[in-house]
Amino acid sequence: MTRKKEQLLSFVALIVLAILTYLAQNYLDNYKLRILNLGAIYATLGVSLNLIFGFTGQFSLGHAGFMAIGAYTTALLIMPPMYKEMTFIIEPLIWPLNVLQLPFIVALLLGGLFAAILAILIGLPVLRLKGDYLGIATLGFAEIVRVIANNIPQVTNGALGLKGIPQYTNLWWTMGFAVLTVFIVKRLISSSYGRALMAIRENEIAAEAIGVNLTYHKVMSFTISAFFAGIGGGLLASLLTTIDPRAFMFIMTFNVLIVVVIGGLGSITGTVIAAFLFNFCLEYLRPIEEGFSLGPLSIPEVPGLRMVTFSLLLLVVILFKQNGLMGEIEFTWKGFFRFLSRFKANRPMKGEGM
Amino acid sequence: MLRVENLHVHYGGIHALKGISLEVPEGKIITLIGANGAGKSTTLRTICGLVEKSDGKIFYRERDISSLDTRERTMEGLVMVPEGRRIFPNLTVYENLQLGSFMRTDEAGINKDLQWVYELFPILEERREQKAGTLSGGEQQMLAVGRALMSRPKLLLMDEPSLGLAPLLVKEIFEIIEEIKNQGTTILLIEQNAYAALNIADYAYVLETGKISMKGPGRDLLNNDEVRKAYLGG
Ligand SMILES: Nc1ncnc2c1ncn2[C@@H]1O[C@H](COP(=O)(O)OP(=O)(O)OP(=O)(O)O)[C@@H](O)[C@H]1O
Ligand SMILES: [Mg+2]
Repeated sequence: MTRKKEQLLSFVALIVLAILTYLAQNYLDNYKLRILNLGAIYATLGVSLNLIFGFTGQFSLGHAGFMAIGAYTTALLIMPPMYKEMTFIIEPLIWPLNVLQLPFIVALLLGGLFAAILAILIGLPVLRLKGDYLGIATLGFAEIVRVIANNIPQVTNGALGLKGIPQYTNLWWTMGFAVLTVFIVKRLISSSYGRALMAIRENEIAAEAIGVNLTYHKVMSFTISAFFAGIGGGLLASLLTTIDPRAFMFIMTFNVLIVVVIGGLGSITGTVIAAFLFNFCLEYLRPIEEGFSLGPLSIPEVPGLRMVTFSLLLLVVILFKQNGLMGEIEFTWKGFFRFLSRFKANRPMKGEGM
Repeated sequence: MLRVENLHVHYGGIHALKGISLEVPEGKIITLIGANGAGKSTTLRTICGLVEKSDGKIFYRERDISSLDTRERTMEGLVMVPEGRRIFPNLTVYENLQLGSFMRTDEAGINKDLQWVYELFPILEERREQKAGTLSGGEQQMLAVGRALMSRPKLLLMDEPSLGLAPLLVKEIFEIIEEIKNQGTTILLIEQNAYAALNIADYAYVLETGKISMKGPGRDLLNNDEVRKAYLGG
């Protein structure tokens, strides 16, 4: 299959996706829309985490921190000044945030940008660490962001959080950014730059020996990852319309991590599938928290049982299917048609064998 | 091309290199032999900047390269094939080779060198789409050499390229090393297989617990009684 043809197919697929988005946005109820929106946001978050963790091999647990930066930035920039005045009752919001109101897209991009800048600042010292140590350091960073958010009420309204954030997020925005993230990360990893990232993941000494600048590449990957985490946070804030520091506890990072591991470290396709699957399951497993009976066994109401289920699922994946749903396999048109033709070949032709 | 003067290296309290000096003239194969733990790998790693020296000087093309890091030395054409097949196991053979040319931008030259590597190691072309980690040990060793060649080195530092290879392959890899030299690449070779190494070396150094104990043209050492006793099994 030629490159031209593949591009054409991708273009057609994009149009189909746009039509589906249009239909969903206009005909689905709010409840279903919300699940789809969350799925798309998790796809953005998951693919960005996969860039630094799956492709570059750097165990980063700081996603919630970057999301918080994006969420607060976006929320503060899109809330109408009047709302802010009503929300900040303990301490008034500082100037110029109290009078500023920007378009949604500008606010989102600024949120991503701040997250990215912070990623450069903390990435430079922290990315020298490896493995578990890096995980602990980035986890610490995310906690620091949360604690700070709790303690500067003149900016974040402290533990009360922000309410009444305008709900601009819709399926166009979430799908749009999911597609953009997939596109950019895909382009990145199929370039020589991306191969350098994978070289780092495989073997740092050998990567250095072929001339890969470890610091530069790791920090770049970390920064791009943080940028999309910031955007994801902003989209989430405007979808939920209310945020507070507790929304960005470690469990947030853990959720994204589940998506990445279940989808497959190093597979964008797997991450996207897992992102939607995760949010569907999270919704449809809701009844199990409300208590149910299993034959003679009656299980009382247990809030959080869904997460327990997911943690178990994660364990099962790690134990039995270490590479996740997709391993490192990616969707390609070639593979897609090969897959289809397998069905054709297996189906007996009419009149055959009679 | 390369001159090392009075090199000292410490690992914590261990004095691994105790003032060694050696010279690698352009267009030659120089070999460094010695027992396990003598400090051969340490010497190479220090030359390419992976290990910090505590004293001494390293001149590469008449220039003190102490201030350059590994990457910059690689850019200057000082390239190492590390010990123990440090390939990228989850990438394909082809991707591994491509990564060897990471620093280069001359597409035409890269493709030419790729063809050359495939000529030297036909098995690599056959297995180009295979994950490098699933290659046999010997094939991985070839891939490591091929990848280093893809960066078009001026001086190639090889750490035990024959390690773990079957006798027939050992012979082949030494032929390839000579071929690489004939194509204009200078080589500093570390070997356990002293016999083969001394055979192709223009000049050789014997390293003993961090010190150079003997040196001379390869053939001379091959006939030296002490060397025969210690490294060639009598
Ligand atoms: N990273 C390190 N930390 C501490 N000691 C080290 C380190 N690397 C090497 N050494 C020590 O330095 C000495 C020289 O090691 P080196 O690896 O250079 O030996 P070698 O000549 O390459 O041996 P071999 O033939 O077994 O590969 C050894 O005693 C080794 O234990
Ligand atoms: Mg060694």
